Amino acid sequence: MSVTDTTPPVAATAGKPLPKPVSPSRQVWQMFRQNHSAMIGLFILFAIIVISIIGPSLYTVSPRDMVWMPLTPPGQSEYLLGTDYLGRDLLAGLINGGRVTITIGFSAAVLTILIGVTIGALAGFFGGRIDNVLMRVTEFFQVLPNLLFAMVVVMLFSPSLINIAIAIGIVSWTSTARLTRAEFLKIREMDYVKAERSIGAGNARLIWKVILPNAAPPLIVVAALSIGSAILFEAGLSFLGLSDPNAMSWGRMIGDNRPYILDSSWGVTFPGIAIFLTVLAISLVGDGLNDAINPKLRQR
Amino acid sequence: MLTGLLRKLANAVLLLFAVLVLNFALIHIAPGDPVEALVGEMGGATPELIAELRESFGLDQPLYVQIGHYLGRVLQGDLGYSTYYDQPVTHLIAERIGPTLLLVTVALLWAIVIGTILGVFSAQRRNSWISHLVTVLSLAGFSAPVFWIGIMLILLLSVAYPILPISGMTSTETATSTIGYILDVAHHLVLPALTLGLIYLAFYSRLSRTSMLEVLETDYVRTARAKGLPKRLVIYKHALRNAVLPVVTFAGLQFGQVISGAVLVETVFAWPGLGTLAFESILRRDTPTLLGILFFSALMVVVMNLLTDVIYRRIDPRIKAT
Repeated sequence: MSVTDTTPPVAATAGKPLPKPVSPSRQVWQMFRQNHSAMIGLFILFAIIVISIIGPSLYTVSPRDMVWMPLTPPGQSEYLLGTDYLGRDLLAGLINGGRVTITIGFSAAVLTILIGVTIGALAGFFGGRIDNVLMRVTEFFQVLPNLLFAMVVVMLFSPSLINIAIAIGIVSWTSTARLTRAEFLKIREMDYVKAERSIGAGNARLIWKVILPNAAPPLIVVAALSIGSAILFEAGLSFLGLSDPNAMSWGRMIGDNRPYILDSSWGVTFPGIAIFLTVLAISLVGDGLNDAINPKLRQR
Repeated sequence: MLTGLLRKLANAVLLLFAVLVLNFALIHIAPGDPVEALVGEMGGATPELIAELRESFGLDQPLYVQIGHYLGRVLQGDLGYSTYYDQPVTHLIAERIGPTLLLVTVALLWAIVIGTILGVFSAQRRNSWISHLVTVLSLAGFSAPVFWIGIMLILLLSVAYPILPISGMTSTETATSTIGYILDVAHHLVLPALTLGLIYLAFYSRLSRTSMLEVLETDYVRTARAKGLPKRLVIYKHALRNAVLPVVTFAGLQFGQVISGAVLVETVFAWPGLGTLAFESILRRDTPTLLGILFFSALMVVVMNLLTDVIYRRIDPRIKAT
């Protein structure tokens, strides 16, 4: 869509000054703002992030301390959401666990995008033999069952937060690489890329400054959504017992409390709702971004 | 077509070879020496005994010799020994593969059938309640952790309304007759298959809706409508057949990922399949078993990808040209 599309016909603007052309990111925001579910998602996400950042300093109960009778139901003590099987405060766990969960989700997603975009960009830009080799590597990682492979990596190299984020990144980048490659293949044949090349732009400039910004819109959507899937992935790993022993995450809370579900359903219910709300909010924002960036694909 | 398949086959063999090399490399890169661990368990040993152990495991050989031996063993169907069960890993896998296949087949089947129906209906009426249901389903299915859905279903259907068993594949007291056994397994299968299927349902309802929307806009559907064919005929004969193509492809590809997909659900319901075995291997730090399952899963993925390719060529003649 070109900028001129947004200006009204000449007759309507006669006598008035022409409206300023709207920048693309502003256009996206305007579209995004009209999408109610996406705005709700953004609000929930914002609230969760704020709670995770400042929550622990406002609500100072430690998630590790045994503060009350084990398995106390919600609302029956000063600890609002009740306690877990060790008598630890669930609300404190949720507030502190958010930090861990979101940090891992975010860093794993950054890694996913970094690996995926690099491999996809190189393959799509250079083509030929480089493309061939890189796509074989991608295929190889696609064949590896991702959860099992991440389980192996985390088990062999101790479950620290960094190792978990790396494991998730390593198993998740392939679809990003394929998407980036497809975008690069399409864009590198565009006239403006040829024009840049003809005035002597080097490969690095073409990749970073010319093609990547134009390939960015779909990649931004993928990046947003991959935070959500990384959070689910982390939850799955810690549910299986592969979590950092020094950090309390939502997934680990579910895993820890699972043997006691017959006595305390709240121990698994609340952390699950927290994960669900966070990932749902991210999905809503991602879908909203997708609609705003590609208005033609709406309602699919 | 044959040369295309042959090339894919060669590629598949190469991929599996790469998985084996990766498996081997992981064991060696990972911190922790198996002999030292063993000696630690025995409560110490003389340097001579340690050297002897190293030799008996072949760990004194250069790496390329070790990897050669490893590949040779795998080719003979030997995936190593479980350090916990003291049994060949292939035996363990053979024991556990049945329940996993049963669970995933049932889950995928109901999800694909219901998902396609929902997707096709919602594509025809974009603002109907079915269409909104598909949107909500796919959002919820993508956002909730599958193991948590499983636990919530247990709390609902085994604890609050105890109509389904909490875990396992059979009850100990029944299983007197074959039919009784089948019914017992089916009774235990409902919850895990429902849980796993919900995730697939989210995916397939969305996929088939997208696909159907695309097909409904094609020229041949417009032609069929323009020449006055009844709507039902257009939808089911012309559109649906083409719209299910991506569903078939993804079903094949996902079936290859069975074990990975089933790990969490099997663990929640203590379903005695490969997923639970993988989970137990983590608890027991049983590396050979876990790596064996990883290789076996990769093998399944590769085989299913090949099969999907063959089926796809059959049902979509356009592929043959390329």
